[in-house]
Amino acid sequence: MSTFDYAPALESTAIVSIAERYGLFINGKFVAPKSGKYFPTINPATEKVLAKIASANSADVDLAVAAARAAYVKVWSKMPAAERGKYLFRIARIIQERSREFAVLESLDNGKPIRESRDTDIPLAAAHFFYHAGWADKLQYSGNGASPKPLGVVGQIIPWNFPMLMLAWKVAPALATGNTVVLKPAETTSLTALLFAEVCQQAGLPEGVVNIITGAGGTGALLVNHPGIDKVAFTGSTEVGKLIATSIAGSKKSATLELGGKAANIIYDDAAIDEAVEGIVNGIFFNQGHVCCAGSRLLVQENVHEEVLAKLKVRMGHIRLGNPLDKNTDIGAINSAAQLAKIKELSAAGDSEGAERWSAPCELPSQGFWFPPTIFTGVSQTHRIAREEIFGPVLSLLTFRTPQEAVEKANNTPYGLSAGIWTDKGSKILWTASKLRAGVIWANTFNKFDPASPFGGYKESGWGREGGRHGLSAYLKASN
Amino acid sequence: MIIDSSEGSLKAFLGTLPTVDEVGVQGRAAMLATRSVKTTSKAWAIDMAISMIDLTTLEGADTPGKVRAICAKAVRPDAMDLSVPSVGAVCVYNDMVRTARSALDQIGGSSIPVAAVATAFPSGRASFAVKAQDTLDAINAGAGEIDMVIDRGAFLSGRYSEVFDEIVKIKELCGNKAHLKVILETGELVTLDNVRKASYLAMLAGADFIKTSTGKVVPAATAPVVLVMLEAVRDFYSMTKTRIGVKPAGGIRTTKDAIKQLVLVNEIAGPEWLNPQLFRIGASALLNDLLLQRMKMRDGYYASPSYVTMD
Repeated sequence: MSTFDYAPALESTAIVSIAERYGLFINGKFVAPKSGKYFPTINPATEKVLAKIASANSADVDLAVAAARAAYVKVWSKMPAAERGKYLFRIARIIQERSREFAVLESLDNGKPIRESRDTDIPLAAAHFFYHAGWADKLQYSGNGASPKPLGVVGQIIPWNFPMLMLAWKVAPALATGNTVVLKPAETTSLTALLFAEVCQQAGLPEGVVNIITGAGGTGALLVNHPGIDKVAFTGSTEVGKLIATSIAGSKKSATLELGGKAANIIYDDAAIDEAVEGIVNGIFFNQGHVCCAGSRLLVQENVHEEVLAKLKVRMGHIRLGNPLDKNTDIGAINSAAQLAKIKELSAAGDSEGAERWSAPCELPSQGFWFPPTIFTGVSQTHRIAREEIFGPVLSLLTFRTPQEAVEKANNTPYGLSAGIWTDKGSKILWTASKLRAGVIWANTFNKFDPASPFGGYKESGWGREGGRHGLSAYLKASN
Repeated sequence: MIIDSSEGSLKAFLGTLPTVDEVGVQGRAAMLATRSVKTTSKAWAIDMAISMIDLTTLEGADTPGKVRAICAKAVRPDAMDLSVPSVGAVCVYNDMVRTARSALDQIGGSSIPVAAVATAFPSGRASFAVKAQDTLDAINAGAGEIDMVIDRGAFLSGRYSEVFDEIVKIKELCGNKAHLKVILETGELVTLDNVRKASYLAMLAGADFIKTSTGKVVPAATAPVVLVMLEAVRDFYSMTKTRIGVKPAGGIRTTKDAIKQLVLVNEIAGPEWLNPQLFRIGASALLNDLLLQRMKMRDGYYASPSYVTMD
């Protein structure tokens, strides 16, 4: 060997045992679906089938909602809050203890690099349970009155980009506030949710407090429209979010919707350029760009854009694409064939609209779904790639001349989930942040998450906030 | 020329350098520290690290006997395994240069240069006449490399041209007889912005290498400091097409530490810097740990430290 090629450093899969077939988790037990139907879930890095997953029909959804209602009425709403908290602490500790198992399973089913599932997804999921466990008996101090009450049964639908982390964002606050849940994971990434069902059993969580039903969009629609639920919590596309908002209109159901984004990542000329380049990479290539708050619109001050672009290309050349289970992999597999097709379609639109495409030179594996880290330059606000959420490792570079123009361009989008500001000047951070219409704004960093920090969007990026005190309000009826 | 040596021109140029965000650099360094280097790549990295070591003894108690001992170790780090490469250089105080040079020449190490610390190492607090004589003594005694210290006092009080001029003059004394490594003593510069500025100052003044530390001040070669210096040589190359070397020194004691340094080189400056002409590691205890890890890879089990020599 004459160069420093990192030899394969594969995380062992021996720690996970995947069943051939999974039932639904209803009332504390795994049960066969009334539908009798199963569908395969595959490893997107190899296209090999990992397991068969149950497809829940309306009879199954009825059973899950009934179990959640019974658990709410008989057990969970009556339990002293401190006791509820103990269950959450127990779940958090078990997630930590089994973190390697969760991380490997997540990388197998989702395609994300083990470095990210190990260092980000699973530790943050545990942190969400710990954080909310602490709130369970302190809700009177959450800003929702002296004795806030739970809503009842919550239907929760989560996406495939951070399966376990999104589960934690949904389940932890719901349980801490005294609600019971019926959760539907995304059809391509159900396995960690089903492992979480085992954790609920291990923690001795009372039956029916958490129910997990699997299936595609049709199952989700059954859950949303079910008369037995009091609230919908959804993370996913704006398109589906609008359907949900329409279908619950006029009902008693409340909703939190965490939808799409097209975040501006603003690089001023006085930024620490090398670290800004790092932030750009982290902003768009983290999790293959399957991030609703990804910094997909790079706004660079025109007088430094050549320098930034040159350094960015060098940095992108160091991104290691490949086997998600290799500890040195930076960018893994695209989650599904459908998503890959969407990324390719929008990228082709970028080409035909006259933007210039550059992809980091890297070899794509022959099996599985892959897309190289890519940047489009010469992009203007009217291009589709600057307006539509690509949800992949594709960055669009736009330039601006003044701070005013940066803010105007950043806000010129139907979305408003997140934004980034890079400058060495504190006053400019504050000025810019106060003008941006986005729910989460990072300064000199990107994609940093903490359970104490509320997350959510303006405009078509959604309703409500998750995390922090604000997130608790979404699961409580406030009192005087 | 990017600059002339006037204070105004230096200040103007250093003012154009982008600032460094410490939190961002720490994050990047922490991420690169998770790189998992195993099997064939670990074996490669161990031998590369050995060949990059400036095997160092810089003690008040140094004697000819001690210096001859490290010279022997430098040529044949493992007497039982001649496939182990020699180290990059032997680094001593200037009064030991002649001893080291003749010891190396006698035992087949004539290709291994002797590096001498100079310019009133480690503090640099002396008149320029003394610093110049210090350097000349070392070169006349056969030093092939000069590790000079910058005047940190002048740097911190903003007298950049003084720092610059000293490096230029020492470089002139080195001529084509000795390579010049410029020690920034980053532990005294403290901020990463200062590390970046001092790196450019040294490169512009003619340094062949920029070196983190004397080894006498803590902290020394931390990953964020080395990362910023590697960015500096990378960017200086794109400005001038000249590749400057980097030498971390101080605090690198284990194979793991050394491999983390090589990962930084590989992913920040680029693979072009992964050779002893452009990257050195100033160390003493590190060599034995590399040898033990090398034996482990060969034999499959960890040997007792009794199986490596203590020199």
